[in-house]
Amino acid sequence: MAQTKVIALTGNQAAAEAMRQINFDIAAVYPISPQTELMGFFAEYVANGEVDTEMIAVDGEHSAMATCIGAAAAGARTITASAGPGIAYMVENLYVASGMRVPIVLLDVNRALSAPLSIHCDHADSMLTRDTSWISIFSENAQEAYHNIIMAVKISEKAMFPIIVNYDGYIVSHSIEDVEILDDETVRNFVGPSDIHRIPYPLLDTDKPVTYGATAQPDYYTECKYQQHVDFLKVYDIVREVFDEFAEISGKRYDFIEEYKTEDAEYIGISMGSSFGTLKDAVDRLREQGRKVGAIKIRLYRPFPVKEIAQALSKAKGVVVLDRADSFDGIGGPLFKDIATALLATENNPYLHNFIYGLGGREIHEEEFMRAFDRLERLEKGIETRENFVEYLQVRE
Amino acid sequence: MEYIRLQEKLPPKEYRSDIEPTWCPGCGDFGVVTALTKAFSEEKLDPTAITMTSGIGCSSRLPLWMNAFGVHTAHGRALPAAVGIRLAKPETPTIVTAGDGDIFSIGMEHFPHTARKNFDITLVVMDNRMYALTKNQTSPTSRHGYKGSLNPYGNIEDPFNVIKFAIASGATFVAQSYSGNPKHLAETIQAAVEHKGFAFVNVLSPCPTFNKIDTFKYYKGRLIDINKELGHDPSDMKAALELASHALDADFPELEDAEPFKGKRPIGIFYKVEKETFEERVANLQEKFRPESGEPDWDEILAKYRP
Ligand SMILES: Cc1ncc(C[n+]2csc(CCOP(=O)(O)OP(=O)(O)O)c2C)c(N)n1
Ligand code: SF4
Ligand SMILES: [Mg+2]
Repeated sequence: MAQTKVIALTGNQAAAEAMRQINFDIAAVYPISPQTELMGFFAEYVANGEVDTEMIAVDGEHSAMATCIGAAAAGARTITASAGPGIAYMVENLYVASGMRVPIVLLDVNRALSAPLSIHCDHADSMLTRDTSWISIFSENAQEAYHNIIMAVKISEKAMFPIIVNYDGYIVSHSIEDVEILDDETVRNFVGPSDIHRIPYPLLDTDKPVTYGATAQPDYYTECKYQQHVDFLKVYDIVREVFDEFAEISGKRYDFIEEYKTEDAEYIGISMGSSFGTLKDAVDRLREQGRKVGAIKIRLYRPFPVKEIAQALSKAKGVVVLDRADSFDGIGGPLFKDIATALLATENNPYLHNFIYGLGGREIHEEEFMRAFDRLERLEKGIETRENFVEYLQVRE
Repeated sequence: MEYIRLQEKLPPKEYRSDIEPTWCPGCGDFGVVTALTKAFSEEKLDPTAITMTSGIGCSSRLPLWMNAFGVHTAHGRALPAAVGIRLAKPETPTIVTAGDGDIFSIGMEHFPHTARKNFDITLVVMDNRMYALTKNQTSPTSRHGYKGSLNPYGNIEDPFNVIKFAIASGATFVAQSYSGNPKHLAETIQAAVEHKGFAFVNVLSPCPTFNKIDTFKYYKGRLIDINKELGHDPSDMKAALELASHALDADFPELEDAEPFKGKRPIGIFYKVEKETFEERVANLQEKFRPESGEPDWDEILAKYRP
């Protein structure tokens, strides 16, 4: 087990610390709130020679991702970070990266999308990435962001898929909390050397010459996508393996989802990211009133933990999915649809309801989540009725 | 197409909105607001017909302070949005106000194309030589050695000569001015608005909060008017390019005495030429291929393809 120390850090500082310890080969950066500060912290490590990272300030996020693709194809361990509109601008290249099967770490400091312009947190940006075949992990707090980044490097390189680590803008990125930091050597041993240090010229490997991203005509495109599909399903095992290895060095055991008081729960709320603490508080307060409620947090978002969700909901009477982004399609937020699909894997057929909350940085309180449970229970019992299964939790109409 | 204009001049303050600017006290961009309102007033523009388009940045907030139709687009996309406006409403003066980052970094691909196509757009860039809204990073116009939050020991890149680039891109009006010289700035912007075609005004506009080098104090006494002091004729492209290639000389102390600017920053109109605008060419095309009678003769057209 590693030596650890506890220090007070913001989410961005904790992420920069993970980046320092990993000692990425290449970092491509373009500033955008609330990510900018993160790369500012990291820039100091670069400038002071505390890392070997070559850092380049590019001219936009599209170029940031393109730079990462080039660097990763050349065998470098590569990172970039962005938020909101920056993620949106990257999307074309996100598909290119995953289709080429290059490992890249992308930190998404979750931010709302324009218009109207907002620099504050919601998950709309990350939802743009959900079909890109990037592995995606959400962090509840600075501690998890720190751990997730370290694990992400390994997951991505084992799976040969790029990976996104999400943490909530401002709520996590700018709030200070105690973070347990591993020692440098443990982290460096855990991630191991990058390809560029193992193979001198991965791009010029004459025994295994490759072209990245060549054209595929209709006779082969489907096969390429099928391979991607099959391999992406192998990511579950790889993530589990890395979570296990990480538990050995850190003593912290992670799972695809986190369950809270779900064992005997009739009604279960589900969320991702920083709001989970609030959701647990809501559960505690309802439990004090004798209500059988529980909560689930999604940590591994892509690939989606279908089996684990199905298992965790196999006895629930009702489920309320809390989405920090809307899909505007009349069939619920993105997470709601994922949960509804995952329920196909269980015989149980709980009553499902969906609330959209926390858009553009709107603060969320336990009373509001308690209301969400109330509404779910009354709907399930037929005391109340609904016109639609997606509703807004906090809104002035 | 002719702009919609008023019969009588409106006082400049009529072009301001009720929204109080959120800029820092002393921000150079205030000078640009004043100059724009003066130029609009002189040009008798109708506030209900002006469109002001911007991207993202401190500077890109400018349309909010104006009594005009405003479109605050995505970062870097002010010019293509303005192109859309040009095509849909060619009778509205179309002004783009944005920052050096917005136009020359993330939105760079749009500049040369909008310029060479010669859309009738007035582009006013507030060049504070860095990204201010994101709290001090180097932009493509930052000096070599400039310290931003992503390069604590100074910029290793060289700055981009936007004046030379604009002329080379085919812009039909290229000027530089300074937000600390309200008269020159208002006159230059007015000339740009009056110009039919793509008019680019690069405004040296200090950011006193972050940029401690390119300050009002720095610019004081360090500007040279290329038209008045050096007698430059903007119709002479060769001379314009020659002058433009020295636009950044003042960044280098070793060029303190070098011709033509002797350590000073050039302001004035570098280049100006009359050329058909894209909008005019579209109108001409439509005119040329418009069928004489309303409906095309389908039988005649189909007959051409019958064996
Ligand atoms: C796609 C995208 N990437 C990044 C940002 C973050 N961002 C906002 S303003 C800005 C730079 C603005 O610089 P400039 O245009 O020079 O304006 P200034 O603030 O200096 O006036 C950046 C990078 C964004 N809003 N959208
Ligand atoms: S930060 Fe600089 S550019 Fe932005 S408003 Fe303040 S002075 Fe102006
Ligand atoms: Mg700027």
